[in-house]
Amino acid sequence: MSEPNAHNEQGAEHEPHIVSPGTYAIILLVLLVATATTCGMSYIDLGEWHIAINLFGWHVGTTLFWNPVVALAIACTKMTLVVLFFMHIKYSSKLTKLTVISGFFIFLGLISMTLADYVSRAWGRW
Amino acid sequence: MSDSTAIAQGASAGAAPHGEHPSYQRHHFETVGQQFDATNFAMWIFLLTEVMFFGGLFTSYLIMRNWYYRAFVEGSHQLSILWGTANTTVLIISSFTMAMAVWSAQMRRKGALLLFLGLTFLLGIAFLGIKGIEWHEKWVKHHVPGIHQYSEQAFLNPASDPEVFKEYHDKPLSPGMAQKTEEYFFLYFAMTGMHALHMVIGVCLLVYIFIRARTGAYTNGHFTFVENFGLYWHFVDIIWIFLYPLLYLISRY
Repeated sequence: MSEPNAHNEQGAEHEPHIVSPGTYAIILLVLLVATATTCGMSYIDLGEWHIAINLFGWHVGTTLFWNPVVALAIACTKMTLVVLFFMHIKYSSKLTKLTVISGFFIFLGLISMTLADYVSRAWGRW
Repeated sequence: MSDSTAIAQGASAGAAPHGEHPSYQRHHFETVGQQFDATNFAMWIFLLTEVMFFGGLFTSYLIMRNWYYRAFVEGSHQLSILWGTANTTVLIISSFTMAMAVWSAQMRRKGALLLFLGLTFLLGIAFLGIKGIEWHEKWVKHHVPGIHQYSEQAFLNPASDPEVFKEYHDKPLSPGMAQKTEEYFFLYFAMTGMHALHMVIGVCLLVYIFIRARTGAYTNGHFTFVENFGLYWHFVDIIWIFLYPLLYLISRY
């Protein structure tokens, strides 16, 4: 009861940071350039990468197509910029940052587990 | 009144009289900053549930695309890359105007806030209009799955659709694969439809915010609602950032 704001001085409170219009404008520009790049790249055949691994006689092979990989990499970059600057995560509290990161982590975990099931089943062989 | 005053005084360690905090600070929060953080945190939790919700659609897209790749390629050739890119641009600019609306509210500039909210609203309507044009085209070409006599003609015999054929010279799909184009269009309508529903909700909320902003509701220092609505708007933008390459840009070369 002695210190009215003792709790806050320990950094629990977090004043909203005001991002300048200049920063927003730069992000807008980068997002538009990235959109044009995504669109342009889709007209170029970036080829594919045949991955073949021989692990003690166990053959694993897959093909990685570069076009969707590049398109998704650009989309992820755009998302990161929007989350960091437009959605102010760069300036937010550690709690919010951690929550957002763990949310995306769980999402990726769910996708990987679903895909692991789909790729590892003996389709049509039961 | 006396109860809540007592609680407020208790929360602020007894000494602070009621008048010492802004009228928009709820009594169960110690400070305005704490109130902002709590509301902001809650908004992020909601948005993460939305990520999981759209995530289900993205996962089924991923699996179906791997299984029926040819059907997805030729299905996506039916989409207009021009409209798709235009809509992406419109949505990204609307995210910028929304960010500027939040800035205006933070700076307590009512005129700028109304201007940017209005621009965001107009861009949102423009996006939905373009989406409507695209959907209408699918309806006319009988590419809406499940209803209105879905037609596989453009995939069994690509030359029957000269506009698309002259650009991509698609090979005819086998009848089994041609059937799977319905799968592509189902996901197309499910994903863009669910995204558009979020846009409609967003546009309606923008009208509400605009009307309240005219009375100065968000330019008195209490901009939490505008900030959190901005988070929602940017989230819807992010969904589109992924939908655009996934639905429109499958193998355009």
